[in-house]
Amino acid sequence: MVEAHAIVKRYGPKTVLDQVSVAVQPGQLTSFIGPNGAGKSTLLSIMTRLVPADSGEVRLDGRPLSRYDSRELARRISVLRQFNHVPLRLTVRELVSFGRFPYSQGRLTKADEAAVERALAAMELEDIQHKLLDQLSGGQRQRAFIAMVIAQETDYVFLDEPLNNVDMKHTVQVMKLLRRLVEEEGRSVVVVMHDVNLAAYYSDRVVALKEGCVAFDGPARDVMEPATLKDVFDIEVAVGEVHSCRVCVYFAEAAQLLANGRAAQDVVVPGLR
Amino acid sequence: MQAEAAVPASVRRPVVLPIVGLAIAAAVLIALFMVINAAGLWGYVLPRRAVRVGAMALSGIVIGVSTVIFQSITANRILTPGVMGLDRLYVLIQSALIYVLGSAHPWVSNLRTNFVLCTAAMALFAVALHRLFLDGKRTNIYVMLLIGVVAGTLFDSLASFLVVLIDPNEFLIIQSRMFASFNRVTVGLLWPAALMSLAVLAWAAPALRYLDVLALGRDHAVSLGVDYPRAVRRLLIAVFLLVAVSTALVGPITFLGLIVANLAYELLDTYRRGPLMAASALGGVIALVGGQLVLEHLLVFSVPLPVLINFAGGMLFMYLLLKERSAW
Repeated sequence: MVEAHAIVKRYGPKTVLDQVSVAVQPGQLTSFIGPNGAGKSTLLSIMTRLVPADSGEVRLDGRPLSRYDSRELARRISVLRQFNHVPLRLTVRELVSFGRFPYSQGRLTKADEAAVERALAAMELEDIQHKLLDQLSGGQRQRAFIAMVIAQETDYVFLDEPLNNVDMKHTVQVMKLLRRLVEEEGRSVVVVMHDVNLAAYYSDRVVALKEGCVAFDGPARDVMEPATLKDVFDIEVAVGEVHSCRVCVYFAEAAQLLANGRAAQDVVVPGLR
Repeated sequence: MQAEAAVPASVRRPVVLPIVGLAIAAAVLIALFMVINAAGLWGYVLPRRAVRVGAMALSGIVIGVSTVIFQSITANRILTPGVMGLDRLYVLIQSALIYVLGSAHPWVSNLRTNFVLCTAAMALFAVALHRLFLDGKRTNIYVMLLIGVVAGTLFDSLASFLVVLIDPNEFLIIQSRMFASFNRVTVGLLWPAALMSLAVLAWAAPALRYLDVLALGRDHAVSLGVDYPRAVRRLLIAVFLLVAVSTALVGPITFLGLIVANLAYELLDTYRRGPLMAASALGGVIALVGGQLVLEHLLVFSVPLPVLINFAGGMLFMYLLLKERSAW
């Protein structure tokens, strides 16, 4: 279990995180959602030791992160941040191989190569594995970085908006893969996401942040309530069901429907049922 | 297997060939330098030339290696350890010693004492910078670099001020030390310098395997299990000590590192820092020994070698600045 305990983080006069406590359960997919500037990315960075907290503590299995050896920690927790510019000319395969560094310190063994192959296959990157990163599209590059984190084979995987620049097909592919990591390999995945529908459908648990505080923390399905979502995002949201999958509609017309006092169920796209 | 045949082969060119080529070129140049025009006077010529070649090889290797390390940590291919102002501190120390003590004082005229003094002062400056800006909590390399640049300008101004005050005859001695020279190196200096460089490299060796990962940037390095502040601190101190030793031995050669490191990046099709450091070191040897050969036999000593190197390096620097739009 990775626990953030009473985390406070300030940037100048602005308090980004105010006494935030969150526990990431093992074997679950947890999503952090919330408006821009709510502190999601900062919380993720603090929970993965990339950014120090002003006060509070992060513990992995009850022991503070600061008490772990960095190499040992890199085999337990991996993290991919939002903006991944790498100033080197690397091929996809070389980048993914970096994920094995905590194990082999740069000299890949047979087992490392196998892990790299698995990660490349999982992200469908075999065909472009020898292409240079700067020759790829944004989505391909994003998948290459995700593959690097997968190759690291850690118990806990933290991803900050991994779906940036990724098209619909590969969004589903990434989410399914994360699900598989959780269900088949018993790993724990934490994702910062903007798409509430995806978060609710694929996660076990959703943590919603608002202005540096936890606004919701519970089973993913429970977040799909108009009142909860309005509270978190400050806009009118209609919730309905399509093919027994709960979805929310948050753009103008849905809000209009709600404002007109019509039931949420009406929003369900008629042709689909 | 069918599936494997469909996967395109690696696009990388092998790195061994260029490195072997560089090693052969360096060996040939060293051999040429040793024997050219030596007709008959072997006993006299060889030992003297060996010391000069040794000094050139040592500073070439040290500058080549330290520049690649420095550029990996700062993720920048146009910075060199030279921006930290160590070479200008060297000129300031020399000016101050000559101004205060006079050129006849043993601290100035005894090259060995002078070497020890300069190395110690530069090492002290480097360690002080680290203590101030790279303590356990903050690891802000850029603030440290900025302070280094500012301090370098300060040293420069102070040295110019002293030079204005100084006796014109004494000034000639300062001037001779403002540029790198391989002619005043003696065996008594070369051995300690070589041993110190080796010791520093051995001390830094455990952190060298992190270089590839460090070049990915801080976040990735931390995520991949590198103790970032510790690794960076150790490597930077090593870089400064190496540059300090080399500068105290032969004087400042600002642009050499820039030339040879970039040559290595162009020549080798790899991101791996090991081969890049080797190529850069060999490039340093080739540039210095080859440059000196051209200078002595083609240009008949019409310009000093550092002027030649700084000219070429300055051109390259402009070129890199202009095309810096694209990433490396």
